[in-house]
Amino acid sequence: MSVEFRLITGRTREQAIGLHKGKASQPYLDATHQVEMSGEDMSRVGIDEGARVRLRTPAGSGEFVVREGDLPPGLLFVPMGAAANELIGADTAGTGMPSFKGQPVEVEPA
Amino acid sequence: MTTHEDVTCTFCGCLCDDISVEVEDGDIAAVKRVCANGRGVFAEHCSDARRPTVGGREVDFDEAIAEAARILDQADSPLIYGLSSSATEGQRKAVELADVLGAVVDTTSSVCHGPTGLALQEIGEPSCTLGEVRNRADLIVFWGCNPSASHVRHFGRYSVTAKGTLTPRGRQDRTVYVADVRPTGTSKTADHFLQLRVGSDYEVLSTLRLLVRGESVSAEEVGGVSVAELGELAERMKSCRFGVAFMGMGLTMSAGRNVNVAELFSLVAELNDHTRFSVIPMRGHGNVAGSDQVLTWLSGYPFAVSYARGYPQFGPGEFTAVDMLARGEADAALILASDPVAHFPRAAAERLAAIPTIVLDPCENLTAGVARVVFPTATYGVDAVGTAYRMDNVAIRLRAVLPTERPTDEQVLEAIIQALPKRAAQLEAVK
Repeated sequence: MSVEFRLITGRTREQAIGLHKGKASQPYLDATHQVEMSGEDMSRVGIDEGARVRLRTPAGSGEFVVREGDLPPGLLFVPMGAAANELIGADTAGTGMPSFKGQPVEVEPA
Repeated sequence: MTTHEDVTCTFCGCLCDDISVEVEDGDIAAVKRVCANGRGVFAEHCSDARRPTVGGREVDFDEAIAEAARILDQADSPLIYGLSSSATEGQRKAVELADVLGAVVDTTSSVCHGPTGLALQEIGEPSCTLGEVRNRADLIVFWGCNPSASHVRHFGRYSVTAKGTLTPRGRQDRTVYVADVRPTGTSKTADHFLQLRVGSDYEVLSTLRLLVRGESVSAEEVGGVSVAELGELAERMKSCRFGVAFMGMGLTMSAGRNVNVAELFSLVAELNDHTRFSVIPMRGHGNVAGSDQVLTWLSGYPFAVSYARGYPQFGPGEFTAVDMLARGEADAALILASDPVAHFPRAAAERLAAIPTIVLDPCENLTAGVARVVFPTATYGVDAVGTAYRMDNVAIRLRAVLPTERPTDEQVLEAIIQALPKRAAQLEAVK
């Protein structure tokens, strides 16, 4: 069963520290392949901390490791990077800026 | 061992210029006062004497220049993109190259504070320097930004805890508000946290404008925040000595984009009827503010500029890199000091692998991995001197702590310009 959420992406310290070591480095890959979700949503989807989930949008999909985060129900956070951008569409509404925050996204256990 | 004091870190728009760097046997041995995000600028710096590559093969500098010039000269619609981690010296040379080629030049602003630039053109930017914030501000509002993760020393050097002339007790002399859709490290430092529903920034800011004007609002809640709380913030904003709003990607990347930012800028402008109030965008890359400055002073526009008609044209949505690449309009690209393959939506990133791409960057990155020509360049602020603009548009000189063994962005771009047949034809026409 898939459940629909809103996705926001952004900077984390782990992502920033990892990028200096190279975007093929394990610290960077670990930092950018995780999704934060509220505990309430983890129960709703039926997954535990450290589980793998597939996030899917009309632009693409990808696998991420679940971390419990301090987020309101219905909201997901993925650190910025190539993994997150698999999920982001290229429409910029005439501004040049894609929808890096607020993108509807489906979640299903991987 | 040599110790360099007052070195500038170029990781983010704070441009902290109090870093101490110890150099021993030609390498960086220790870095002091730098934050976790910026440490890698020095500790993981890329300055080994790598040669340029063409098609993955190491070549002489002149051969790489000739190939880059050939690619750009033969392109019908070349795109020059990035700029924000270069120094102003490299940025102005990139704009010159765009002018010579009739190319589009766009910067990382378009996927950062590009919408802020659009709001600025509409409303104006009631701004100030970070020094004024440090010394005078008694009300700080962070809206849609999380400097605890992105601008780690911002609190101590400029805003929340900084001690200044009229704020001698630092944190105790300030009231801090955070407006965001989720609790963050920044909201945990605040006196008041307004947790907004996703995509409701415009409604909440509009309500604040009404309340500041003294209008009544019949709703009890807007965007997840009680109107009573917003009324309290409106009164604090009007009665503070000097208020400053710092705003980030929460506004520019969410639905509404530039309209959200324009609402905040309008609110700040109107608050100046009551007290002194400013707004400062939290700029990400170390010199992204400089890319706006350089493009504006040379073309009149801050990003998304096309020289295809022989004069600069501004076209967000048309000449912005994501749009040009996703639509397949760019047939060659020169990427200066950025990594769009990592940071663009896939549809745009894939285009860079399908067209001949030239990369100038100190480090190997994902874009270099798909590029036809790669120039390993010096790092401004580590092994090259230069100039960068802080997030408040104050120019800061970048010092070099290591000897320069690689060409700078400026030198590579100048060599490409000199190798262009179009440039030779222009010089001939002037004669």
